[in-house]
Parts: sequence; structure tokens; C-alpha cells
Amino acid sequence: MSDVLLTIENVTGGYGEADILFDLNMKVHDGEVVVIVGPNGAGKSTAMKSVFGLLKIRGGTITYDGHDITHDTSDAIVRRGICYVPQTNNVFPTLTVHENLEMGAFVRKDDISDSLDRIYEFFPPLKEKRKLPAGTLSGGQRQMVAMGKALMLDPKLLLLDEPTAGLSPKYMDQIFSIVKQINELGIGILMVEQNAKQALGLADRGYVLASGKNRYEDTGANLLANREVAEMFLGG
Amino acid sequence: MEILQLVLYGTILGSILALGAVGVSLTFGILRFANFSHGDLMTIGAYVVFVVFTVMKLPLWLAIIVSLAVTAALTAIIDKLIYRNFRNSDPVILLISSFGMALILRSLIQLIWGPSTQVYEKGIQLAIKFGGGLRIKPDQIIILVGTVLLIIALHLFLRKTKMGKAMRAVADNAELARLTGINTEKVILCTWLMGGALAAAAGIFLGLDTRVFPEMGWNILLPVFAAAILGGIGNPYGAIAGGLVIGISQELSTQFIDPSYKPAVAFAIMVVILIVRPTGIFAGRSS
Repeated sequence: MSDVLLTIENVTGGYGEADILFDLNMKVHDGEVVVIVGPNGAGKSTAMKSVFGLLKIRGGTITYDGHDITHDTSDAIVRRGICYVPQTNNVFPTLTVHENLEMGAFVRKDDISDSLDRIYEFFPPLKEKRKLPAGTLSGGQRQMVAMGKALMLDPKLLLLDEPTAGLSPKYMDQIFSIVKQINELGIGILMVEQNAKQALGLADRGYVLASGKNRYEDTGANLLANREVAEMFLGG
Repeated sequence: MEILQLVLYGTILGSILALGAVGVSLTFGILRFANFSHGDLMTIGAYVVFVVFTVMKLPLWLAIIVSLAVTAALTAIIDKLIYRNFRNSDPVILLISSFGMALILRSLIQLIWGPSTQVYEKGIQLAIKFGGGLRIKPDQIIILVGTVLLIIALHLFLRKTKMGKAMRAVADNAELARLTGINTEKVILCTWLMGGALAAAAGIFLGLDTRVFPEMGWNILLPVFAAAILGGIGNPYGAIAGGLVIGISQELSTQFIDPSYKPAVAFAIMVVILIVRPTGIFAGRSS
């Protein structure tokens, strides 16, 4: 197995006084797709946000690439090479598509034109709409802007919070295939998905959470085949 | 012809209001509070020119540059000392502290320069007559040209530079900006510097057009806010349009009502807009 990129170890924490995560453990290896599934309120998105310095962590550690990032700020984490795409409001609506991508590269000091070309090649629909405000795009295209913006930093790990939420089935398939393509570039992906069947289908490994705790952990295929998981969380 | 002359005067007043309103709108868009000390920052800007130009007898252009720089720096220092501590507090706390700051600034101005009214240059400026009997004073040409230059510079800054785009990004969604790795503290500093410089410009132009006295900025704050709200607060482009609409309406109103009611016109427009279209003519942002 390849190197461990991200480790969440015995993490307990929440947004305010009350804890949402309890002794959570998770790992992402270099170039792996890891999916977090579970019922509503299981703490899936919260688990992801814990990595990005958006939580009060009261116990446990998060390490990335050998560094302890448990108490780092979001922008320090971005600089380390982790990018996060929130579920909603993940683009700057009044900025053009192009400006959104440029903002994605804000921490970079070097020339970004190669990266821009690469993103447009990766998401051809965005090239046509580069001069339009991102707020005028359809949901699926906005999701592409959000992902493209995150890819501008050449991250080693991408965190995706329900990238297909609210999209039509046509766009869902498209987003899943994009996630696969991104992974083929060698980028590790940690993803929360409501659409558990499809997500586990493309995942190397998956975690099932319930009430902020680890419930199951296995390869994507095994979780899909697991009767209990299917009945509990995947709607039969 | 009378009407055209009033429109011209209105455009001059509108330019001053627009510059003030753009500053208010920029800081609101990023910091989410209406800065009540903006008017008194305008007054500071006007007095710095009084010192450099009238007292020290240096050229006007130099005095303007010094004033923009000094006021911008002062604004950034006020943020570091006061507003910064309330960054995560309720916006009402910031609003009230800016009100307190306004009182402090005005008292300081009175302490330093006294309560009396000053003018930049004594004597009468002859108006230049042009096409169809329209008149304009040289100072008013400076105001119009200066406003246009500043607004073009601001536009280029917001559209073309990395920091300008980051300012728009933070105004759009501050949380996402942080998650994207944008250094929001630097963006806030930059916003205050620009807000302060624009306030100074508005104050200087107001001083050129009329006189310099300690309440000048406070008195004009209401029409400035009206202009910012009219344009959709948080939207600097709307603020420019809002300033011109209010300036021209105020001047034109003197045809029908007593000129001493001029400020009421701005107030009336603001009330009507808040009832009919609370987000302003150009949809601004709600906080």
C-alpha cells in the first residue's frame, strides 16, 4: 500500500460547546479515493471540516504528509496542498469563471497560465463561459468551477463535500466521472456523498459513520456488498 | 438653461457624494457594517489639504496626495486599534463603535483647528463661461476630473489586480475566501486604505466646492449613506450612480422648493427606495 497522506486519529470535536465527532479515525493514502457515507446527521461533513481547521477539536490529532495540522488555520492548510470544496456557496458568484479560477491560485506567487489552460482543457464548458459571472452558471457547471478552483493549486488531496447534491442525474454522472479523472491525475480524494451506491462504486475505500462515530470501514466494493450496511444506510 | 446649470451643479455635488458613497459601500461590502465615522474621515482629509496647501503653501496636487495617504493610514490605524477587536462581534457593536469614533474624530478636529470655518483660497474665483451660458469654476473642473480619474483607477484596481479581485471575492463570500487561502486580513487592510483615501478625496472636493469646517463631513453623511443605499449597499458601481442621482435631484429640487430643504430630498429618496426596493436600484447584498 502507498504512503499515508492524511490521518485522522481519535478526533473528538464540534462547532461549539457540543461535540459532534467522537473518537473518529480515518486515513487517506496517496492517490486514493475515500468516501464517507452515513445517515443524515452522522457527522460526515463535520468529519471533513475537521481536517480543514473549521472545528473546535478537543481530542485527537490530524496529520497530513507527516505534519500535525490539527490546529492549523484554513489558509495554512491550503498552502500545504489540501483543497476543500464546500457543498454549497462554493464559488464567488459576482466574479467571472476566470476570476474564480485565479482566486483558487491566490496563494501562488508564480505564473498560473499553464494551470488555467489545463483546467479549461479538463472542463471544456468553462472555457466558453470564462467571462460570465459564476453565479449565472447552472448547478453542474458551478460545481465544475468549484472543483477547477481547487485544482489550481495542484493539491495532493482534494476534499469534496457532496459534490452531486441537488444536481440532475445527468450532471451527477458527469461529476462522478470528473472525480474519477481527477483521481487519475494522482490526486487523493476524500468525499462525502449522499449518493452512496455510486460513490462507493468508484471508491477505493469507504467509511460508514453513525452519530459521529466510525461504524464500518472497508473497501468500496465490500461495503456495497455488505447486507447490513445496505439495509441501514443505502436504502436497501 | 437654468435647468442645465442645475444639472451641472448637481453632477459636481453628485461626484462628491459618489466618492463618499463608494468608500462606505466598499467597507460595508467586506466588513459588513455601515461606518458612521466615514463623514469625519472626509473632514480630516479636507483639513490635511488645508494644512499642506493653505498653511504650508505647497501645491494643491501635492496636498491632495498627502491628504489621501494620511487619511488612508489613519483609517488603517483606527481599524487596528478599534474595529479589529470586534471583527467577530455583532455588526451592531461595530456600528456603535464607529459612531463613537465619529465623535472622537470631530472633537479632535475642533481641538486642533478650532470651530471656525476656513477656506482654501481667499478671494473670488471667476467662473468660466462656455456653450449656451453655462458656468463652471476652475475648482469644480478639478472636482469633476478628479472624481473621474479616481473612479477609473478604482475600477481598474477592482477588475485587473489580484488584490482587487480578492476584495470582490471577500465581499462575495468571506468564508469561502478564507477556505480558498485568500489572506483576508490583508484584504481588510487594503479595503480600509482605499475607503480612507476615497473619504479624503470626497472631503477635499467638498472643501474646494464650499468651505472647510468641523461638521462638514458629518453633515453630508446622510446624503452619502442615501447614495450608497440607493445604489445597493456593498456595490461600489451602484454607489456612483446613487451619488449622481441624489446630487442632481438635490440641485433640481431648488427649482420647486426652498433650497434649505435640499438635504431632505436625499432623505426622502432614501426612504422611498427603502420601501419600494430595499436592495437598491442595482441589487446590492443583504448582510
